[in-house]
Amino acid sequence: MAETLILNAAEIQRALTRIAHEIAERDEAGSEVVLVGIQRGGVPLARRLSGLLSGIWGQPIPTGQLDVSMHRDDLDQRVAPDVQPTVIPFDVTGKTVVLVDDVLFSGRTIRAAMDSLNDFGRPRRIQLAVLIDRGHRELPIKADFVGKNVPTAHTESVQARLSDFGGSDEVVLEKK
Amino acid sequence: MSWNRKHLLDIESLTAEEIFTVLDTARAFKAVGARAIKKVPALRGKTVVNLFIEPSTRTRISFELSEQRLSADIINFTAEASSLKKGETLKDTVRNLEALNVDFIVIRHSASGVPHFLARVLDASVINAGDGAHEHPTQALLDLFTIRERKGRIEGLKVTILGDVVYSRVARSDIWALTKLGAQVTLCGPSTLVPRVFEQMGCRVTYDVDEAIREADIINLLRIQHERQRKTMFPSLGEYTSLFGLNQARLARTKPDALIMHPGPINRGVEIDSEIADCNRSLILEQVTNGLAVRMAVLFLVNGGKGPQEVAQA
Repeated sequence: MAETLILNAAEIQRALTRIAHEIAERDEAGSEVVLVGIQRGGVPLARRLSGLLSGIWGQPIPTGQLDVSMHRDDLDQRVAPDVQPTVIPFDVTGKTVVLVDDVLFSGRTIRAAMDSLNDFGRPRRIQLAVLIDRGHRELPIKADFVGKNVPTAHTESVQARLSDFGGSDEVVLEKK
Repeated sequence: MSWNRKHLLDIESLTAEEIFTVLDTARAFKAVGARAIKKVPALRGKTVVNLFIEPSTRTRISFELSEQRLSADIINFTAEASSLKKGETLKDTVRNLEALNVDFIVIRHSASGVPHFLARVLDASVINAGDGAHEHPTQALLDLFTIRERKGRIEGLKVTILGDVVYSRVARSDIWALTKLGAQVTLCGPSTLVPRVFEQMGCRVTYDVDEAIREADIINLLRIQHERQRKTMFPSLGEYTSLFGLNQARLARTKPDALIMHPGPINRGVEIDSEIADCNRSLILEQVTNGLAVRMAVLFLVNGGKGPQEVAQA
């Protein structure tokens, strides 16, 4: 299987820093912005963004994690979904929720995440930040903040190997 | 994560890894039960039949509520209010249900092996909610979940099962599950109800209650299953209580952190003293709470399972 490096560790860090500044520019500082990482890749990214953003705004940014497997529309086509914890230790009602994920592909995960968020309250608005947008959307969903746009073929796969899961903090394109 | 089963028929055929998959998934579902909105759409559009051919309150209600929390449509079915009373065979009854395109059948039956039979003749997923004195897999899974939550592990724990073992499907499922995960199981009760043959399942059998509970981390009590006993198995309930009932004097001789479990329904004053059932070492009501999460996890996993014939990793 051939691999192409898309982002190295320094580039990931730069992309996140830029996204943090874009969030700070777009949204008002204050307690009204919260970050929610989508399991699993989005969770460490949300944590890193939260650190960067609290540095910019000088205050802690509430950060949660969301597992969407119970809201997916392809449950009976998948074997043994690996359900990770959902932890949202704040009320999302009235907040600007920035969903964070590693790779945006079909958009189905994001739809499931928005459905799932509704069970926790009614956010004022939901925004989406992703490290990689690889195209091939199957739903009318668009990211508000993108680390890098990567044109891909349907048969390829984009892997974000984050150090939190034992990777070396890189994003690669795998050709099958 | 490892699970590719279309049915949950027994614990005997599960691997330790599959059991852990259910327990880990159940942890996520327990968190759902603590939310303001306790319902998720995982089984939306699926139909579940709860086919309870033997009386049950706890298990039936637990299954019903788990199905509702997963957004499934539910048909409830009891033997009294069905054509089984008019002489229809079980096979015909379930084939009629299947003709309505149901996706899951949760079956409780007084005869052992009925879920396995249904799994052979039906396309729907079959979940065993207790078959005769054979197995009660979801009870064993919720017992393990409760033990792991409280003790942090299963391996190496000493678990004593005390009471009517021979007529208990819970005991058989618990023994399979506990031994697969590396717990040491001791069985105790009147010799008529705890035959030595259970040693073949990898447990220890003793008839000395004090010795059986002295070192135990978990004491799992079982009810006397009068409805299954075809003849008198011991002289009197009073004698059973004085010889094998868990009372304060016996509890005082156990390890201070030993915990008490019971699958219910409990008979206060028979196998367990009333105060012990309500004390802070009793996990009886926690077991009921956890049962919901475990049954949600089982339905959720079975929904994605394709069965051993068509193993294909996604």
